[in-house]
Amino acid sequence: MKRTVPLFISAITGFVLIGTAFIPKFVDWGNDAMAWFNLLAAFAFILGGGNLLKMQLQKISAQQPGWGYAAVTLIAFFVTLFVGLVKVGVHPNVKFPEFAWSGDYLQEDGAFWWLFEYIFTPLSATMFALLAFYISSAAFRAFRAKNTEATILLIIAVIILLGRTYASVWLTGWLPDEFILGDSGIKYSDFNLQNLSEVIMENFTTAGMRAIKIGIALGVASTSLKVLLGVDRSYLGSDQEV
Amino acid sequence: MLDFLQHLDRRWIFLLMFIAVAVPLIMGTTFPEVPSDQVMAVFEAVDNLPDGSNVVMALDYDPASQGELQPMASAFTRHCAIKKHNIYFMTLWPQGISMIQNSIGILQDEYPETYKGKYGTKYVNLGFRAGNEGVIKLVVEDLKKSYSTDIHGTNLDNIPLTKNLKNIQQVDLLCNVSAGYPGSQEWVLYGSSPFDIPTVVGCTGVQAPIMLPYIPDQLTGMLAAIKGAAEYEQAIINAYPELESNPNAKEGLVRMGPQLVAHLLLISLILLGNVIYIWERKQGLHQ
Repeated sequence: MKRTVPLFISAITGFVLIGTAFIPKFVDWGNDAMAWFNLLAAFAFILGGGNLLKMQLQKISAQQPGWGYAAVTLIAFFVTLFVGLVKVGVHPNVKFPEFAWSGDYLQEDGAFWWLFEYIFTPLSATMFALLAFYISSAAFRAFRAKNTEATILLIIAVIILLGRTYASVWLTGWLPDEFILGDSGIKYSDFNLQNLSEVIMENFTTAGMRAIKIGIALGVASTSLKVLLGVDRSYLGSDQEV
Repeated sequence: MLDFLQHLDRRWIFLLMFIAVAVPLIMGTTFPEVPSDQVMAVFEAVDNLPDGSNVVMALDYDPASQGELQPMASAFTRHCAIKKHNIYFMTLWPQGISMIQNSIGILQDEYPETYKGKYGTKYVNLGFRAGNEGVIKLVVEDLKKSYSTDIHGTNLDNIPLTKNLKNIQQVDLLCNVSAGYPGSQEWVLYGSSPFDIPTVVGCTGVQAPIMLPYIPDQLTGMLAAIKGAAEYEQAIINAYPELESNPNAKEGLVRMGPQLVAHLLLISLILLGNVIYIWERKQGLHQ
């Protein structure tokens, strides 16, 4: 029973949503289903918070290596939650000055805004910026022309890297806007690095991505049908009946 | 020398990258940009709309990608403000609320005559809703089923801009700035493509190849990475020279300096690495 009901709900909802593309009557039902989905997605935040608590508390209670980080995570979690929920430092809304909590939780100069602006934002940006350092180290140590494919990849990478900066103008901006071999339709300037990088992106990359996307779409369609028809039940967890 | 380079401590490379990014940033070096056809398609999509058109601005990114995407979001906001468009802000990312506040700050500080004190009549902040593509599917069919109130809890029926808006099929343009999932691809798949909503996007460099196949049919145009942002800023400055004196309108252009030096450093490192590799092969260190 515990597996049959979710299977039934999935199948009905899935087929209704497919039906919205073909049957106008189904559109309203599909919208209702999506509204329910969005509500459930909001509850996922509570589940996520619960799961975070469980995992970190387990680490702390078992004194696993790095349990101190788990403690920091929990402290940060509770401080942020408290500051946001209680609206610390937030001034009441001018329309409702008698209600202390009527202000916006993200109000400028509020404690939550301060945490976001001066802790979360710089930390996130720093983590992302570290990529530049690791990429440069990896480029030096790993990007080797070991075979023909790697060499082609390397040449294309250099063209794109140069083509996306002003270096393309310095290096190839002087190429004349004249036809090669009379009226061949190809100009010298077509070979400047910015043009070359655009040609690579718009032709080769696009063609490759289209092929990948068509493949993914077919895979998604077949997997979805298996889920809706109850053939694939892996999303329900273990195969053992509970 | 080659022996030294073979065992080069990676902290030297980190230091070089730091200098490559920091020096041009401190010096504020900029280079002239020529907007590409793709960027001009984005520019014209915003610019060709009659003044006061309705534009949805979906800002789906977080502070981690702010360095790459904020110049695009700011440029979209400025361009829409110059055209006095009505703007509907929304986000599918919880952290996106602060990104919307940045754009609203631009409207109020730089275009006070059009937007200051005009919340609800010239712009509205719908805020965040959970549900990823589920939210998109709903707002394109029935906005108020997903957003019954704006970010301040005001009923959409009491806001002049949203009172008569049934869904976002009724808007003139959808601008999306996205750092990943949910983002540009979902807006195209569930929003612009099935309902023919004119859409332009700005995305990170790694997302650009994913979005390229949708241009020009499902997607009018795309700003790819900081280069796209810089070209778009240049296109706006070319059309509206009064922005030339506004340093905030050149965020993307300023970041092209560090990008140039960092890319040249990367190419040098790749070439150097390969020289070492070839030397090692000659020494018989690789089979």
